[in-house]
Amino acid sequence: MQTDKAILELLEQNCKVTPEEIAALLGVDAREVERRIEKLEKNGVISGYQAMINWDKMEEQKVNALIEVKITPQREVGFDAVAERIYRFPEVHSVHLMSGDYDLAVFLEGRTMKEVAQFVSSRLATMEHVLSTATHFVLKSYKRHGRILEDKEKERRLVVSP
Amino acid sequence: MSGWQKYLNSTVRDIPPSGIRRFFNLAAEMDDVISLGVGEPDFVTPWNIREACVYALEKGYTNYTANQGLPALRQLLSIYLKERYNLEYHSQRELLVTVGVSEALDLALRAVVEPGDEVLIPEPCFVSYVPCTALAGGKAVPLATKPENNFQVTAEMVQQAITPCTKVLFLCNPNNPTGATINKQNLLEISEVVKQHDLIVISDEIYDRLTYTGEHTCFASLPGMRERTILLNGFSKTYAMTGWRVGYAASNPDFIAAMTKIHQYTMLCAPITAQMAAVEALQNGRRAMLKMVEQYDRRRRMVVNAFNEMGLACFEPGGAFYAFPDITSTGMGSEEFAEALLKEAKVAVIPGNAFGQSGEGFVRCSYATSLADLTEALKRIAAFVSRIR
Repeated sequence: MQTDKAILELLEQNCKVTPEEIAALLGVDAREVERRIEKLEKNGVISGYQAMINWDKMEEQKVNALIEVKITPQREVGFDAVAERIYRFPEVHSVHLMSGDYDLAVFLEGRTMKEVAQFVSSRLATMEHVLSTATHFVLKSYKRHGRILEDKEKERRLVVSP
Repeated sequence: MSGWQKYLNSTVRDIPPSGIRRFFNLAAEMDDVISLGVGEPDFVTPWNIREACVYALEKGYTNYTANQGLPALRQLLSIYLKERYNLEYHSQRELLVTVGVSEALDLALRAVVEPGDEVLIPEPCFVSYVPCTALAGGKAVPLATKPENNFQVTAEMVQQAITPCTKVLFLCNPNNPTGATINKQNLLEISEVVKQHDLIVISDEIYDRLTYTGEHTCFASLPGMRERTILLNGFSKTYAMTGWRVGYAASNPDFIAAMTKIHQYTMLCAPITAQMAAVEALQNGRRAMLKMVEQYDRRRRMVVNAFNEMGLACFEPGGAFYAFPDITSTGMGSEEFAEALLKEAKVAVIPGNAFGQSGEGFVRCSYATSLADLTEALKRIAAFVSRIR
């Protein structure tokens, strides 16, 4: 269990780290690491591997928005049924059930503001059991997935010190 | 002797230039060097600690503090040492906040050493011990530790070096540069010799938190040792706070009063902002610290294995963040190896003899280096070693 946790932490930091490297860091056998990773993938503990991309650095136009969605929970399924209807759309990046003023936090990605607005007004707001939506466009991202996007802190140590 | 040299104090003049300094100049001129020669964490100080300092500045904390350090910091240190080692130090009489452990060890030596007193120093050791002993008027007596003995300091070694002039025993546990930790049994036996010969122990335990195999034994916590030990520690390595310069000394009231006397006339006090940051570190720094320790431990395994695999026998260090591989199998001396490695493979390591004669045949490699750099550096070293063999 402890080893699994350590493997996951290392992969979460950098999923390109090889089983051999993990093995050297944790002092276990490389095949053992491979076997454990396979199992974690099978169990769905590891649900996939992605690169963290700062699209702002590409010419690519992308617009991100957070939509606060209020909904009426339904008998037996609560919020889950509506959440599923929402998260099935490929435009939707992530969906979270929230405590507080609204119910679902929906992160959308589109090419233009118009496209996002269109999606909200035609797809989300009109959906059954959805009471209201509030759209917030992302102006700038500073940190994503625990990574600071443009870290200005550099290596400042001397080359050699006692 | 040329020009103004003849005016210099002869003790200062006779101190040889640091072996590290020359190497630094060489490395600093080159580009694209991966350095394993750095004696400090690669982490930046955890943000909560930095933020506490910014807040202190905004609030106008820019004044002197009490010579001994902020009372709040000393109280926290007193609680910390009680909790960690079950050692009780009175926050007003038995603790002194210093400008890093470097100042603390200078104060400790100056407070107890008389001209001609002998100071036993296990080697290889941190570069300051021998020069500071000379500056305090003492005579440094090296105790050579060996890899076949896991770089242990033993009671027997201490016993054999004792003369009627011996006054102080230096301990650095875990050790810089070897990474060796002294086991409890050896420390207990050493404490018997210390008692028997009425020695003072200056115990530099700056790396105590960076111990990976077993529990660290604080020398002052051994029976009868609290009074005759000057315990030195600080925030540099534990909380990645090297540039802040905060350390501390704990000992009996007489020693602390004497050290405070020197400190108040030479340093006055440690910088207030750094002391405020140290308060934050003790209050809320534990989690970040443990996280860093975990990462060092992982790299330690990788580095030690890598050296052994490339045929440079490397003793398994139990603490600090240094590997100390034996490079004699390459047929080169420490300096020759380090210089060639730097020029040909662009990796900086420190020749072992910079830490005393017994370090000859070894190089110090710090694994307080990012994983990516460390991996690349090890690749370069392996290629270099196979090329010269």
